[in-house]
Amino acid sequence: MSDETLLSARGLNLHFGTIPALVNVDADLWPGEVLAVVGESGSGKTTLLNVLSGRMAAQSGVVWYRDTAGRIADVHAMPQPSLRALHRSDWGFVQQNPRDNLRMGVTAGGNVGERLMAQGSRHYGDIRAEAIRWLEQVEIDADRVDDLPRTFSGGMLQRLQIARTLVTHPRLVFMDEPTGGLDVSVQARLLDLIRGLVARFGIAAVLVTHDLAVARLLAHRVMVMQRGVVVETGLTDQVLDDPQHPYTQLLVSSVLQA
Amino acid sequence: MTGYNFAYLDEQTKRMIRRALLKAVAIPGHQVPFGSREMPLPYGWGTGGIQVTAAVLGPNDTLKVIDQGADDTTNAVSIRRFFARTAGVATTTRTAEATIIQTRHRIPEQKLHENQIIVYQVPQPEPLSRLESSRIETTRMHGLAEYGLMHVKLYEDITRFGHVSLSYDYPVMVNDRYLMAPSPIPAFDNPKMDMMPALQLFGAGREKRIYAIPPYTKVVSLDFDDHPFRTTRAPHACGLCGATDSYLDEVVTDDRGGRLFVCSDTDHCETHRDVGHVGSEGVAA
Repeated sequence: MSDETLLSARGLNLHFGTIPALVNVDADLWPGEVLAVVGESGSGKTTLLNVLSGRMAAQSGVVWYRDTAGRIADVHAMPQPSLRALHRSDWGFVQQNPRDNLRMGVTAGGNVGERLMAQGSRHYGDIRAEAIRWLEQVEIDADRVDDLPRTFSGGMLQRLQIARTLVTHPRLVFMDEPTGGLDVSVQARLLDLIRGLVARFGIAAVLVTHDLAVARLLAHRVMVMQRGVVVETGLTDQVLDDPQHPYTQLLVSSVLQA
Repeated sequence: MTGYNFAYLDEQTKRMIRRALLKAVAIPGHQVPFGSREMPLPYGWGTGGIQVTAAVLGPNDTLKVIDQGADDTTNAVSIRRFFARTAGVATTTRTAEATIIQTRHRIPEQKLHENQIIVYQVPQPEPLSRLESSRIETTRMHGLAEYGLMHVKLYEDITRFGHVSLSYDYPVMVNDRYLMAPSPIPAFDNPKMDMMPALQLFGAGREKRIYAIPPYTKVVSLDFDDHPFRTTRAPHACGLCGATDSYLDEVVTDDRGGRLFVCSDTDHCETHRDVGHVGSEGVAA
């Protein structure tokens, strides 16, 4: 099965001075699969996401990506234009703070349409129709298409960011705490939406979260990180219901029961 | 004139500018940095254009300088006199007789030919400057030909106004590769740049950039398939010469709403009148 992975990493190491961010990290992601990376803050989750997506270089180790034609490419050895093209088309990145990704001075339609235009779409009507279709997919009213993002609520901004990312039908999406900073009812709705979209379009995702409930709901597999080391990995239910490593046991037992 | 080198700049400076010009011509639409000098006129008056003109000017050239199409505005008159005094070259207001035309904000109405060079004065050479403030980032976007952002701007215009609201400095693609600011010429003039037989040179003095379009190069104004690029002009005939095909200036003539529309290209207007055309406000020759 390992020759069918979408993304594979072997032996990733990265230290910030004396602080270990990644220590011999291996990771595999299969097409259509959601992998959650959990752990406390400072455990190297976001660093792993940045290294896997080629936005940050590791000190040693490799990341391979298998493209639509089945060719395998080393993400960190790829020329800059190819990597940027990948980030514009096959890949997507959902940030914790949607304002980092959205253009706040550009209408919702323009935000969703940007990736299409970057890929060469040159038909205004088609771009607009596609933008409206995607706003509906993320449950934003079609008549908000000409509104600026600053008139949107926090949850709507996050959904707009998701529409903007998914409009080019990426195969792989990196998500960094997509539900962070939202109130609980908005979180639940957003999680439900992400789960639906990921399943419907068969998107593979690497999801960074400190919230085990998010991992439980969205992920097929979980990686638990502590001080840059992957201490436990496995199927979500297996890891969360029967944690083996003391740190995972601590994480699972420290979740507040309502 | 004694005390000055020919055409004011020293020979080393002219060679430096010519090297930048050669590079610019070799890569149509690409902005080449150059060591812009202090010139005896303020930034915004054409310090870039005047340096490019000085570098390409020869003793046998005939110079024409226009500002907003007119030969008789302050800027045009002073630059023309500057070169008449420092280089002793012949000057003219006739587009057809000039070998070098330095311009601000217009391309002459009359078609240019192969033996001419047109030098544009450019305030802002970077077409993406208003969308992306980082020079490092825009350089990278040019390098990788990532121009989706410019279309986002056009998309926003159509969404807000129903059409692209840019009426001057309308961005163009040069030779299917580089996005270029055509300097603040009206969008009306954009089609003249496409496959122009004359060499087009652009100088931005304050921004220290030179770029160029070689003769017979493809220049396309950006647009959408369903919102094609269109030129606009005031729906009037020239009040002096009656021309209906030229770009017009609106001149306020009194405080009771009086308006006069005249050709912005003064040479075009005079040529038209010389052969007997008279507009509604004009006097027969």
